[in-house]
Amino acid sequence: MLKEALISVFGSEARFDESQHPASVTACIVPRDKFAEAAKVMKKSYALLAAEWATDETAFGRGHGIFACYRWGGEYLIVKTEVPADDPWFPSLAKKFVAASRFERQIQSLMGITPVGNPDSRPWIKFEDWPADAWPLRKTFDALKPMPRVKGEYAWIRAEGEGVYEIPVGPVHAGIIEPGHFRFQAVGEDVINLEERLGYVHKGIEKKFESLSWDEGVRLAGRISGDTTVAHSIAYCMALETMTVCMVPERAHWIRALFLERERIANHLGDIGAICNDAAFAFMLYQLGRLKEMILCTNLRLFGHRFIMDRVVPGGVAIDIDASGKEEILTELEVLSKDFERLVTIYDENPSLEDRVRDTGILTPEQARELCVVGIVARASGLNLDCRIFNPFPPYDRQDWMKLEVPVLISGDVHARAWVRIQEVKESVRIIRKILEDMPAGGIITPVSQPAPDTSGFAAVEGWRGEIIYWLQSGPLCEINRCMVRDPSSLNWLGLELAVLDNIVPDFPLCNKSFNQSYSGHDL
Amino acid sequence: MIRILSQIFRTGIVTEPLHPDIETEVRGTGVRLEETIRKRFRRSLTIRQVDAGSCNGCELEIHAMNNPIYNCEQFGMHFTASPRFADLLLVTGPVTRNMEIALRRTYDAVPSPKLVVAVGDCGCNGGIFGESYASLGGIDKVIPVDACIPGCPPSPTVLLNGILKALQ
Repeated sequence: MLKEALISVFGSEARFDESQHPASVTACIVPRDKFAEAAKVMKKSYALLAAEWATDETAFGRGHGIFACYRWGGEYLIVKTEVPADDPWFPSLAKKFVAASRFERQIQSLMGITPVGNPDSRPWIKFEDWPADAWPLRKTFDALKPMPRVKGEYAWIRAEGEGVYEIPVGPVHAGIIEPGHFRFQAVGEDVINLEERLGYVHKGIEKKFESLSWDEGVRLAGRISGDTTVAHSIAYCMALETMTVCMVPERAHWIRALFLERERIANHLGDIGAICNDAAFAFMLYQLGRLKEMILCTNLRLFGHRFIMDRVVPGGVAIDIDASGKEEILTELEVLSKDFERLVTIYDENPSLEDRVRDTGILTPEQARELCVVGIVARASGLNLDCRIFNPFPPYDRQDWMKLEVPVLISGDVHARAWVRIQEVKESVRIIRKILEDMPAGGIITPVSQPAPDTSGFAAVEGWRGEIIYWLQSGPLCEINRCMVRDPSSLNWLGLELAVLDNIVPDFPLCNKSFNQSYSGHDL
Repeated sequence: MIRILSQIFRTGIVTEPLHPDIETEVRGTGVRLEETIRKRFRRSLTIRQVDAGSCNGCELEIHAMNNPIYNCEQFGMHFTASPRFADLLLVTGPVTRNMEIALRRTYDAVPSPKLVVAVGDCGCNGGIFGESYASLGGIDKVIPVDACIPGCPPSPTVLLNGILKALQ
């Protein structure tokens, strides 16, 4: 659909890039001055922007590449344009897709390529005390050399007028959470603007990938966002496996799905509890915390790690499950689902809780579409997106057998985001039972060869927050030339800025918790 | 309300039965922790946690220390929102360049005498992220560290043990 739309407008001006894997993901190269026009065609075809990133391809003698990835249903289309190294600019997509703005600020900050026409030219991730010419993702940049601090200032958005005041929050927050800075402008109790400033946990992950071997890369991928270690590892492995045309054993896929659903349940339980706790209903936090702990303890006993870190590896998985493990999980799920049902009824019947979560922090379906949000945030705001349905790996591709039902709500408030999680926990419990019942026998790992030089691999996996995208590119010596990571948070953080508008300041923690975005996955 | 009460009644006190795998360790550590905190901190150890660049894995386990299973408050330790009230800084890493100043300021805001405990492999020595343009490495590269709790991430049991060691 997207491919046809692009061809019908561009004709022979769009060249297809055969080095992109898997074949189901089309990549085409357009001239630089047509890059924004391609975005216009995509927008008209109802596509959403999934990611935008840049590469340094000087090792191939090509300058830079700028990529925009669009999604429509299950179809992904990557549009690339080439930019000469001595003339680094490209036309901005920000006027077509709002989400492009931050991606492009990041491209400018870390790769030093100017998005012409982006209304916001302030750096992103790159703080004011970095040297202006420090572009870490360029190949000429020495990643191991410490950077000096320079003087600089960040241009915050200001609000003026009688009674307007500002509340700066962070980077060190009051609770046990990741660091980030929020600046509110408020009148009385009402928030009139929220500006996020992220980048505090920028660890140079994308650059670090380029110094690792393909096998080492998965360990790093598993540590991009500690709460989503399984989904990140799967996405990295799948991108690599498509490049090397590796046939992962069926059983390994199924065990990956088992890990993925267990991760989803554990995090959702924690989140639902934390949302209720921020509405001063601590009962749920402790009850669900108990259930979450049960899952983590089983993980440790069966798979050797509470978060199942490092158990997904290129070519398959590192640990199998036997009959007694299966029984243990089934018993655990029995306890879990009984208790969970009771707790959901309590959540549902508590008027004081309902008063706080309903109509709070609304992200309307129109806004959600405009911002191209993904995952639970999207599904709470009427967008039917889920890679498990639209871009499945086994066993999710057997939809007639699995009958996966994805909850989609349209109210877009805190309650909707909590309720989507509640439904997903129930669905994940059901799926795990089905997976355990019908899991095929066989091996769990197969060797993975080196990718050929100058090829790229793409994978999208539905983590518990939402769609995670990895795009890998091999260099001339078959090494990692670029590893692009797009955590769902990169898109969803924008949603929070809109959702808190016109809410009262004390409701911010509640709204924030209902999004629960990753800082580390965003800052990289 | 009746449902809430019946659920509370049905659950009972869950801090009592721990899984046999961890029971002896948590109990043993807990008893010694309580004793040390009673003697040295007048029954109350106040902790300020700082994420100086972690992946959020260590934070999940620090959270878990507060859940009803481990319930670290029963041993006299609790987490505070302000560094001004803290006896101990629990810092996860690696320290990113962008968090360096915030970490130093938080450290300075804690009244002396103070303890600093680095958490996780990354907090101890930079872990997989090491030292680079963006990551300065372990916590001790930026502020003085009294004790380290390795692990990726360290489990709640290991954390309780590590904090006990730091106090002794």
